[in-house]
Amino acid sequence: MKPYLLVDFGSTYTKLTCVDLEGEYIIGTSKAPTTVETNVLDGYDRALEWLMKDHPEIDEISGISACSSAAGGLKMAAIGLVEELTVEAAKRTCLGAGAIVTEVFSHHMNKREAKRLKEANIDIVLLAGGTDGGNKECIVHNAQKLKDVDIQVPVIIAGNKDAQDDIDEILENTGIEYYIVNNVMPKLKILNVKEAKHVIRKIFIDKIIEAKGIKKAEAKIGEIIMPTPEAVLLAAELLSNGYEDEEGYGELMIVDIGGATTDVHTMGDGYPKRTEVVLKGLQEPFAKRTVEGDLGMRYSANALLSLVSNFEFKKYFEEDDDCEHDIQTSLHRRAENVDFIPKTKSEEDFDEAIAKICCDMSMSRHVGHVEVVHTPLGEMYYQTGKDLTDLKYVIGTGGVLINHDDAKKILKQVNKKSDKKLELRPANPSILIDKSYILAAMGILSQKYPKIALKLMKQYLM
Amino acid sequence: MKTVVIGVIGADVHAVGNKIIDYVLTEKGYNVVNTGVLSSQEDFISAAIETDAKAILVSSLYGHGEMDCVFFKEKCEEAGLGHVKLYVGGNIVVGKQDFNKVEKRFKKMGFDRVYAPGMKIECALDDLREDIGI
Ligand code: B12
Repeated sequence: MKPYLLVDFGSTYTKLTCVDLEGEYIIGTSKAPTTVETNVLDGYDRALEWLMKDHPEIDEISGISACSSAAGGLKMAAIGLVEELTVEAAKRTCLGAGAIVTEVFSHHMNKREAKRLKEANIDIVLLAGGTDGGNKECIVHNAQKLKDVDIQVPVIIAGNKDAQDDIDEILENTGIEYYIVNNVMPKLKILNVKEAKHVIRKIFIDKIIEAKGIKKAEAKIGEIIMPTPEAVLLAAELLSNGYEDEEGYGELMIVDIGGATTDVHTMGDGYPKRTEVVLKGLQEPFAKRTVEGDLGMRYSANALLSLVSNFEFKKYFEEDDDCEHDIQTSLHRRAENVDFIPKTKSEEDFDEAIAKICCDMSMSRHVGHVEVVHTPLGEMYYQTGKDLTDLKYVIGTGGVLINHDDAKKILKQVNKKSDKKLELRPANPSILIDKSYILAAMGILSQKYPKIALKLMKQYLM
Repeated sequence: MKTVVIGVIGADVHAVGNKIIDYVLTEKGYNVVNTGVLSSQEDFISAAIETDAKAILVSSLYGHGEMDCVFFKEKCEEAGLGHVKLYVGGNIVVGKQDFNKVEKRFKKMGFDRVYAPGMKIECALDDLREDIGI
């Protein structure tokens, strides 16, 4: 036996997964409430104690790796020039690195915007703008604005390379921490996120972990190697592509409905499936992640009020549901009391309806869309985003889905819908649940033992 | 190096001329940003903003160019691209029409240079040099 421990410092729980590298199975999992205010290690110690008690066969832990989304996860601001080009490229870079994008700016930032950015609760700024050799005046202007407000968080400059010298001149010796990396959109509509993502991860490991009070855990458990959402994305990528002779699952999607956000990850090219459809817009990354900050079970429950009418909301209740639901009150209650746990049948049903809405709406935003364009030559079809109609697997993870008896029913919301014909949703995917809550752990494990991580996912996702 | 945006506007799929224009202008030392066939006005404009283009060369081969080019200049102005030179060429209208009249109409729409059917991209090189340099 060679036990290896994977740790996920979450915002509410610290989760442990213990894997036997020799026997290639999961020895056990445990979790304990995270306590960032006091000491993150308390949660870790308690979870470890429980794990060891349940599994006395674990004698010595051979290694530990960890990820973290504690204290609200990694929050970023994305700045670019044109909304559908470098702004979008910047946003996708942040999301792909496991961050939530809470502030977005385009074109020339004004003083108010710069001030708002400085006051925002963010961890890193990603500043893009211009293709290589393209517009440089705008990104230089925006760098100057960041200097003017003396921005306090690290800034990653990932725009037109021609602007780099000017930006150096502006930011050098100012005390502002900045990193110049390759352009996230070096050529029109071409994404190049690798280096920027790498630096985001590096800043996360070096600085953010510290700022969020998790650094002290490192002495005991070794380096925290990435934000949790990035770990999930890596797990998904591995499961899709396979490793060496161990085959992957092909095109797949992961839906994670949480208290504050709903994350959707898809692996797949998503090219048009029909020849008469023309692909438009920015290049899509193979591994794509979207995060919906207004779709969640608790913190963002109130937002649902403005997104769905009462009439639409009721459509998400089961047909045989005969409880009287007061939608507004029930949502408020959950937003105000984020630790709310449903006890009655009516409360459970209501949670299920919220989960379905999160799933359905996040899908509408994640998948590609077809648009019918009337031209002098008749109708033509333009596709923006990914065509996921042939997607094979949808995998559910996150508290609500894992703890629900019939999570597959909720996840069916991803499927094609007759009233949403122009959305390129999966037609008939197989649905799997991450019952043992191991995806993030497998993402970290994949950094050292990809083959074992892949085998375990194939075994434990059901 | 000066940047120019090229592309074929509207629902037009004639791709060969577009490739040739890309090749010729690149050879002549321009940084060519090609939005390809089936480009909307917005595609040209967004591309020109990000790439700091000095001229936009619109191709239209299938005869519906006039319709596709309406309000192009106005949208450029709106996007802060009033200074960018606008060229159009190919077979910009249906059939054989009096080109003087066609040219007038396109100039009135705000295009700086308008090329008659049969005029190859080489015909525009002198104009381009004069308007934006190399
Ligand atoms: C091949 C071809 C097609 C192919 C295109 C394949 C492809 N994907 O490229 C197919 C079969 C798909 C096709 C379809 C149609 N075609 Co067609 N096609 C042609 C054809 C025979 C050759 C085009 C070509 O490649 N020429 C070679 C290249 C190198 O030349 P070019 O495209 O003209 O480009 C040069 C110049 O025009 C100039 N230029 C172009 N843009 C610009 C811009 C500037 C600023 C400047 C300075 C110069 C410039 O420089 C270029 C390079 O030197 C022409 C006839 C012809 N001989 O030109 C008809 C032609 C263009 N088609 C025509 C038509 C009507 C159609 C259809 C509408 C037919 C239909 N009813 O279905 C469809 C439209 C489809 C669509 N959605 O676009 C007409 C257009 C008539 C008009 N404008 O009044 C033409 C002229 C035939 C004709 N005489 O009737 N076509």
